[in-house]
Amino acid sequence: MKFLVRRIIFYVITAWAAITLNFVIPRLMPGNPVQSLINKFQGQLSTSATHSLYVLFGLDKKQSLWDQYWTYWGELLHGNLGISFAYFPTPVSEVIGQALPWTIALVGLSTIISVVLGTLLGTFIGWRRGTWMDGVLPVTTFFSSVPYFWLGLIFIAVFAVLLPVFPAGGGYDGALIPAFNTEFIGSVLQHAALPAITIVLSSVAGWILSQRNMMVTVTSEDYVTVAQAKGLKERTVMFDYAARNAILPQVSGFALSLGFVVSGTLVMELVFSYPGIGYSLFQAINAHDYPLMQGIFLVITISVLIANIIADMVYVFLDPRTRQEG
Amino acid sequence: MSNAPIVNDAEIIGTDVTSQPTPTATSAGGKRHRKRFASLRNAKSITGLVIFGVFVILAIIGPWIAPYDPSAITNDLLLPPGPQHWLGTDHLGRDILSQLLVGTQGVMIVGVLAGVLATALAVLIGVSAGFLGGAADEILSALSNIFLVIPALPLIVIVAGALPNAGNLLIAFVLAVTGWAWGARILRAQTLSLRGRDFIEASRANGESTWRIVWFETLPNLTAIIASSFISTVTFAVLTQTTLAFIGVTSVTDWSWGTVLYWAQANGALARGAWWWFVPAGLLIAILGMSLTLINFGIDEFVNPRLRLAGLSARRMRKTGIRPRIGFTAMVRDAPTAHGPAPSAVPVPAVPATPSSANAPEASR
Repeated sequence: MKFLVRRIIFYVITAWAAITLNFVIPRLMPGNPVQSLINKFQGQLSTSATHSLYVLFGLDKKQSLWDQYWTYWGELLHGNLGISFAYFPTPVSEVIGQALPWTIALVGLSTIISVVLGTLLGTFIGWRRGTWMDGVLPVTTFFSSVPYFWLGLIFIAVFAVLLPVFPAGGGYDGALIPAFNTEFIGSVLQHAALPAITIVLSSVAGWILSQRNMMVTVTSEDYVTVAQAKGLKERTVMFDYAARNAILPQVSGFALSLGFVVSGTLVMELVFSYPGIGYSLFQAINAHDYPLMQGIFLVITISVLIANIIADMVYVFLDPRTRQEG
Repeated sequence: MSNAPIVNDAEIIGTDVTSQPTPTATSAGGKRHRKRFASLRNAKSITGLVIFGVFVILAIIGPWIAPYDPSAITNDLLLPPGPQHWLGTDHLGRDILSQLLVGTQGVMIVGVLAGVLATALAVLIGVSAGFLGGAADEILSALSNIFLVIPALPLIVIVAGALPNAGNLLIAFVLAVTGWAWGARILRAQTLSLRGRDFIEASRANGESTWRIVWFETLPNLTAIIASSFISTVTFAVLTQTTLAFIGVTSVTDWSWGTVLYWAQANGALARGAWWWFVPAGLLIAILGMSLTLINFGIDEFVNPRLRLAGLSARRMRKTGIRPRIGFTAMVRDAPTAHGPAPSAVPVPAVPATPSSANAPEASR
């Protein structure tokens, strides 16, 4: 369990670093964003809201930086991320709470599909070298070089405008009232199909490539040769001997590249006007809604950290070496 | 992302990295000279380098060869590609080809500058972590892991969003600060494995200073990995810069490929069917990205000989009737294949043709 303890300490430090970055960045920025925002909402902000803005932006001159830091933590621990400007006067936490389930469902599911699919394909391509399957590699290279959002644009142009098979954007049909009935869920699935396909297509390439390369490396190990020499079935050798070992770096790679994947999918939501966190982030940028931007940054970082912890648990489950003491 | 997961998580599993560059610097002088640019002498790398070179040239001469002023508003609204405007015009009658040509400069400057800065940071942090060991290593690795785990884009958005009209230099700087961690991680793992090798031990025993060991014994053996991490960072920087311009965080009046896409998205190019507005910009990004990936493939295959031999020997074996599945790395080139369809006959550690193409050192470690 030493491994898990080490990792958890690391995640606590990372979470602290992210939260502290969030505290430091607005304080390093030139100018006074709060004053311009207060002017914009002349008379609409209560005194306490103004004060909390000043605290969040670190412009409360009466406090020392250290005290500001503690106040900031206090606000955070009470779940108070400030008040959104774009959706004034809704608190940031409420805006994020509405958007988060959409993102977790879409990005989470498509990432899992992409990893499983990519790993399986990579295993086959790595195993059957020198066949037509090698031809998959250049295609995946192309998809991994394209920015996610551009692929989304092309898909909308082809499958929503040229051939109106899928809706071009949104999370569900605007005429429907959100409820747990088949009509609404069907609409949600229909709207999610195009973004999900795009995310899978653009992210699967990386997983295929890394799994293929690991397979190439692992299959030249002696134990694979021995397994083959013992006359084990090819399927057994491929999955239980080669792929099983090749998958370990894939799991730790998953944890580390998740931040990259999430960044790409956030922009995807923007392209598809999907009502998730990426779309909110985009609206926050346009409205210069700093509290919302920072809140979203924190929530995304914490979610990625949680996904990492899960990946680590899977790693411990897969790799007996991490379970050994000492 | 393309080359990253190849490397084992050395810290977690406690094993060596899988890719071992050959310590060419220690081999005989003549051989060293011949091998220096071996990583760049394969078809994939050359293709990639040529395409990249074309983009560099475009970045330099782009503003001069652009047929129109990219911001000049005319009456030719939303024209499809034609002899007057090769790539059509946008909703204000501005020439899209000129926008792309002028925009190449911004993309390339940000990409290369961010790549150079981030690689310098990665070398500094990665190599020192690997060399110093102990508490310094713990702290530096934790730092790079933190930067890896924190999603870069939202962080960059916050920083760039708070700096109005962020210019190219500033964006490059921000990208470098957020993009160095992969390189540092890989370099640290490689430095760790180099540190224990005999030639480093020998130079230490000779009383060479740490400074000299780092500069003249270690860094030359990290060249391929440094190059590969530079290329990856340029890819990351180009993609992120384009994304930032597309979402409108950077100045929308500075032309870059992302800016073109920003205007296209903001003015409903998709619904109007104005494909010439958004297709070429994306294709340019894809081609530039492909060229960088190809260069990196070449470097990867140089660093990890198993990858290089994979396709090659597999094809040869298939011709002779062997189904390539396992253990063929140390294959003798003209090995007798008359032993029937038993691939297990091949991997008996044959003496490899050249020391550099063998994986023998790591197999015996």
